[in-house]
Amino acid sequence: MTRTLLTGNAAAAWGARLARAEYVPAFPITPQTEIIEKLGGWIDAGEMDGRMVTLESEHSMITAAGAAAAAGVRVFSATSSQGLLYGMEMIYTVAGWRAPFVLVNVSRGLATPLTLESDHNDVLAARDSGFLQIHCSTCQEVLDSVLIAYRLAEDARVRLPVIVNLDGFYLSFTREPVAIPDPETARRFLPPPDPERAHFRASRPISQAVAVLGGGPYSYFRYEIHRAAQNALSVYGEVADAFAAAFGRSHGLFESYRTDDAEIVFFMMGSFATKAKAAVDCLRADGWSAGLLRPRLLRPYPDAEIAAALAGTRGVAVVDQNLSIGKGGVLYTELASALAARRDASPVLVSFIGGLGGRDIGAEEFFEMAAVTRKAAQEGRAPEPRLLYTATELREMRKLQSIALRERHQIGEIPPARRASARPEREERP
Amino acid sequence: MYCIRLHGRGGQGMKTASRILGSAFFEEGFEVQDAPRYGAERRGAPIFAYVRAARRPILERGIIRRPDLVVVADETLVPVSAAGVVQGVGPYTVLLIHSAEAPAVWKRRLKLGGEVFTLPVAPEDRADVPLIGASCAGAAARLVGEISRDALEEAIRSELVGMRAEVVAENLERALGAYDRLAPHAGCVREGDAEGVGPFESPDWIDLPFEDARISAPDIHAGGTSVQVRTGLWRTMRPLIDLEHCHRCAWVCSTFCPDGAIRVDDAGAPQIDYDHCKGCLVCVAVCPPHAIHAIPEEQAADAAAAENAA
Repeated sequence: MTRTLLTGNAAAAWGARLARAEYVPAFPITPQTEIIEKLGGWIDAGEMDGRMVTLESEHSMITAAGAAAAAGVRVFSATSSQGLLYGMEMIYTVAGWRAPFVLVNVSRGLATPLTLESDHNDVLAARDSGFLQIHCSTCQEVLDSVLIAYRLAEDARVRLPVIVNLDGFYLSFTREPVAIPDPETARRFLPPPDPERAHFRASRPISQAVAVLGGGPYSYFRYEIHRAAQNALSVYGEVADAFAAAFGRSHGLFESYRTDDAEIVFFMMGSFATKAKAAVDCLRADGWSAGLLRPRLLRPYPDAEIAAALAGTRGVAVVDQNLSIGKGGVLYTELASALAARRDASPVLVSFIGGLGGRDIGAEEFFEMAAVTRKAAQEGRAPEPRLLYTATELREMRKLQSIALRERHQIGEIPPARRASARPEREERP
Repeated sequence: MYCIRLHGRGGQGMKTASRILGSAFFEEGFEVQDAPRYGAERRGAPIFAYVRAARRPILERGIIRRPDLVVVADETLVPVSAAGVVQGVGPYTVLLIHSAEAPAVWKRRLKLGGEVFTLPVAPEDRADVPLIGASCAGAAARLVGEISRDALEEAIRSELVGMRAEVVAENLERALGAYDRLAPHAGCVREGDAEGVGPFESPDWIDLPFEDARISAPDIHAGGTSVQVRTGLWRTMRPLIDLEHCHRCAWVCSTFCPDGAIRVDDAGAPQIDYDHCKGCLVCVAVCPPHAIHAIPEEQAADAAAAENAA
């Protein structure tokens, strides 16, 4: 085992290499491309067995991945954002094929407006597809999760593809110390795929993905996918235990950081969760009873385990780095449903939306969220959901808008009389 | 924890500098995080990179708001507000800048409380020579004082693996030269204090109001604005048309140019708009009589300078 500095992208590529991925259908997209470049370099240099094929779109890429996986080949692929959405038809389709492979998604906000930086709306668009989802917060976790994901995906009780998610920039381009497992230990942890499970072979045509009419067969096939995903909860536990035994690192269903006696808990996923840990340390140093609960496995969602882990917590600050337009934060909704089944006193949930499009979340914002949540817990009443957005940011926005207005005035699109009413109102300071 | 921010322009080797520093710290047993930050632009655009190094696992992420050391590869970035060179600079922040002007000038100009060091601008330095990154990394390593000469050398060798031996040698010479020159100031960068909660300033959160879609959709209504963006600054290779060999076919290069940067005049002669040619060299590949060739952009700059001098 070597400990070295790797970007999140390089860590993902190492995961695929140590998993001995045999087939890599690829299509480039920022901020994921480095993964494919690394694998391409290794395959080209003969350091990795396997075949890389560049496809003409993510739609074809995911089709190729699913087809090869159905043929019993160990498949790795990666994408991001608009690319994941472009392939979305096949994301749902190949999950129904019960074709196990690993797809790394490097999270990047979705258009419109177009951006390169990170949030989780891209991967959450695949939330209901039948792909399982593992969310990472460090580069080490990216490498480890790719190995874990293969074993989970290929287990006969599961047989579903898995997305391993890492944040663009904050992990994809950021180097951190990563322990690279030695190939032999990786091989023992993740043996070659079972040839018996391949049901799709050359020269033996079968029809996969048949059409059904009438809801009965449809319901059966879809619900079986759901059952397999539910199985993945307990299978995950076994896989994580085996991983810890082999490599000495534990990656549970979720990460609990100083939650044991915590009154206030941050609930969030992805790389910003390590910032929450830093904030927890500061808060603890000042006598606050704070902690962090970070879901790793988002699909399947460990309702009961999460609810149990929050027993005794008085207030939860749910920080969603996503926005379900017209509803709010996705993690908030999911946590509320997980807690709804409990009979005992549930904690007060406070919803925060932060980090959209890679917007930073400052230490003082974590402290303020803790203060707001503590107050809500004391009063037994949560405030309205809060977008982390400052008056300073709106002032910067107003500068851009004034350029746009001036432009529209210059081209005669907005006559002077209407210009005044079209000008945005000045923001009010709280 | 040491928090170091490096500013430069795309192509000056700032990402490599941050990696050299990161690897050197790691070599010395530190936990490290290093990362570049850039947008869709490439060469010539302001970029920054950052390095965090600590004796404990690093939980902080993203932009360094309060740097202990700021390294500036290109002094023309200082007045560019979007580059944010002096953002978060405090009374103990050390500034290291590539400049012919004296440290005292920069100290006064930027009203800095901390120490300022300049790296002389070598006559062969140009905006597109990544050796600047090497001297920045070497000087920064010495100012921090935790990095041995051997660790620096090892870091450079590992970061430049795969490059030609003379390129590595040149980088080593620059970096170690800067490292040695700053020996009297070794260790002048202070590790930032661990932040507790303390009395913190509440974020000035606001509720975003609803605004009409005419205002709140991200549209640009004026036409032709891309002309104002000089994407020619991205170019590393410059296509040159040899009009003596050009057949005046009047359409191949201009049609295939993906940026519409070649126009044909009334006599059928193609002309390249160098303000917008990105140097993709598709024209070089498609020209039937091979009348277009390419030279490195720095050679073109030299030729232009010689012409001006003459």
